[in-house]
Amino acid sequence: MKRWLPFAVFAVLLAFLFVGLWLDPREVPSPFIGKPAPAFSLPVLERPGQTFSPDQARGRPWLLNVWAPWCRTCRKEHPFLMQLAASGVRIYGLNWQDQAREAAGLLAEIGNPYVLNAVDHDGRAGIDWGVTGVPETFLIDADGVIRAKHSGPLSERIWNRKFAPLLQGQGS
Amino acid sequence: MIPELGHFSLIVALLLALVQGTLPLVGAQTGNASLMAVARPAALGQLAFVALAFASLAYSFLTNDFSVRNVAQNSFSQLPPVYRLTATWGSHEGSMLLWVLMLAGWTAALTVLSRRLPAEIRARTLGVLGLVSVGFLAFVIATSNPFERLLPVPADGRDLNPLLQDAGMVLHPPMLYMGYVGFSVAFAFALAALLGGQLDAAWARWARPWTTLAWVFLTVGIALGSWWAYRELGWGGWWFWDPTENASLMPWLAGTALVHSLAVAERRGQLLAWTLFLSIAAFALSLLGTFLIRSGVLSSVHAFANDPARGLFILGLLAVVVGGSLLLYAWRFPRSDEPAAFGWVSRESFLLANNALLVAALATVMLGTLYPLFLDALGFGKVSVGPPYFDAVLVPLFAPLLFLVALGPLTPWRQGSVADLAVRTRWAFAGALVLAVAVPLAQGGVHLLAVLGVFLAAWILLGVLVGLAEARGRRLSRGFWGMQVAHAGLAVVVLGITLVSNYQAERDVRMNVGDHVDLAGFRFVFKGATGHAGPNYVADRGTVEVTAPDGTALTLHPEKRKYNAAGVGMTEAAVRSGVLGDLYVSLGEYLGGQAWSVRVYYKPFVGWLWAGGALMALGGLLAASDRRYRRATAAAADA
Repeated sequence: MKRWLPFAVFAVLLAFLFVGLWLDPREVPSPFIGKPAPAFSLPVLERPGQTFSPDQARGRPWLLNVWAPWCRTCRKEHPFLMQLAASGVRIYGLNWQDQAREAAGLLAEIGNPYVLNAVDHDGRAGIDWGVTGVPETFLIDADGVIRAKHSGPLSERIWNRKFAPLLQGQGS
Repeated sequence: MIPELGHFSLIVALLLALVQGTLPLVGAQTGNASLMAVARPAALGQLAFVALAFASLAYSFLTNDFSVRNVAQNSFSQLPPVYRLTATWGSHEGSMLLWVLMLAGWTAALTVLSRRLPAEIRARTLGVLGLVSVGFLAFVIATSNPFERLLPVPADGRDLNPLLQDAGMVLHPPMLYMGYVGFSVAFAFALAALLGGQLDAAWARWARPWTTLAWVFLTVGIALGSWWAYRELGWGGWWFWDPTENASLMPWLAGTALVHSLAVAERRGQLLAWTLFLSIAAFALSLLGTFLIRSGVLSSVHAFANDPARGLFILGLLAVVVGGSLLLYAWRFPRSDEPAAFGWVSRESFLLANNALLVAALATVMLGTLYPLFLDALGFGKVSVGPPYFDAVLVPLFAPLLFLVALGPLTPWRQGSVADLAVRTRWAFAGALVLAVAVPLAQGGVHLLAVLGVFLAAWILLGVLVGLAEARGRRLSRGFWGMQVAHAGLAVVVLGITLVSNYQAERDVRMNVGDHVDLAGFRFVFKGATGHAGPNYVADRGTVEVTAPDGTALTLHPEKRKYNAAGVGMTEAAVRSGVLGDLYVSLGEYLGGQAWSVRVYYKPFVGWLWAGGALMALGGLLAASDRRYRRATAAAADA
């Protein structure tokens, strides 16, 4: 039996590689790309009493970064978001499913890269945007159309590959 | 005309490979000496024709023959000649041709240096290599012809990917491929042993120097790749757990395990079946790496060839070569070794533990690399596996492995004793403990991982010293020196990784002319950026004046380049390397006026990573050139 094990393992691996040939790892399908940003109107974390909807951000390209205080991966991308914000990129936060309402305190502590945060306590707006987990980041162009989406933490590499080329064309 | 000559040479080489892959094997099976003798001229002829093909392609690149599609796509009239040469293997087609050239080179070297091997074993080994060559030559000719013409002929080329225009890239691919392909020799020896049913210590002795040599090349290749990434990707990272890096790390881990199990097999005649399996695995993983990179199955910065036809061809090749040899392995499974004739505390058992840990690390890397593919193939969506996974699972595997590195060479074969080891290493242990606290303290903070890393590095280094001290007065073989040098190199790598990961400092700031930023005692003053023209790019060239803690001054020139042909932007970091650490400055975005975003890093001991890699390779070279291998082949012929 032992002697056949390497071959068996290899055969399974081969089957996966075969299937993998017809999958494109780079393309995370998002039906939202090329579509207008779904609308919502949510309270603004930083300014109690005000609301934010995506229309208000029109005119220049912007990012919607979906995050949550309980999300550890979001903390990982936080320094890079700070860096992006410092270089002039407009990042709006969607504070997603933050039942414990810890966002404001956390941002005060670690720094706030966001122009503002829309508070999506029950995650409804997130559902409209097809959010399956945090963090997720969308690039919305000056006309309010979603141009790119990334699931998982942003990094310089991902930024340079997926987002920066699109932004260059837009002259941000 | 020259490109057609190259194409034609490839076809001739394929025919010769077919001859080499069939007749000698038949000859070995039937005992026909004249059929077996065909292997030698066929292998040498193959090398000559593949080299001719490669030279034709290199010529097309050097002379800017843009009527060749491959040249038009990967070169440019303003490209400096040295990069035109390296552009020869900068594309998928060219790199596969390089692969084939390396294989022909290894085969020819084996042909020349194996004259004293028993005729059947030699014929079988060369025959197997011939069959592998058939597969790859057919792949190049059928799906990746580098000599394809382009009509109409474009006025100029599209330029080599600017990322590849770097000194590190001149040598990284050839070294890496020398390593990948070098494992084919151990593989061929393993298959020859399975076919012939001869598996003994002599087999291990033949395979061992070749394996060590392949391991040396792979080590150098990986180190160069990491050095390239460090300098070219603009933020000073040296390892990313990118699928491509993993693709080269997997054969390296298997190869490292193999180098060590071959020691047991050669010296003690044990673990033979396992060693045989590792020989197949190391080459299989090299092929898998080639497949992963060339097919675009995994997302990676390297996956520039994304053509299912090519992927399918390599997959078929993988299935035949690896599947075939594993079937052969199962069918001719060597009867289990003689019962293990070594105690729990013995060099054999420590080397076995080394193998178990290396293979566990290998499985971990493989799982992390292929996991996204598994999930995607099963329809569970897309995920990516990143550094947190690899760091979390590999540290617990590497820590005991590194601890054993110091003990293994000090432990006798067959049976040692814990008490004896404890007495001999007590000073080394105490010294490592002291350093493990002292070094982090001197670096500015004691972290658990830093203490662990420094302890292990110091433990290995002091263990090497104990080994050398105990061997005083004896005549030492190159094999012994090689082992000690390679282990010391490993310690240096571990030290470099530990210190740079735990104590590097970075600042990312907006700087106007005259602004300064302080980091790790260095003061960086930005003096502005000016226009500057290179051979095939224009650049904004920043001037940053640095004052070291001791008052010495130096100037760094980070650049932001724009390459003429494709208009691609590139960040060219300025690095000042030193024994104690590197200063690394890169230019970020232009912020208007005279202001730039500037990133400055201090990377303590990062150079030790590559210096250690070089030491490991040097150790391998010493071991592979040990006298006994030259004697061994002679003795085997007489027997």
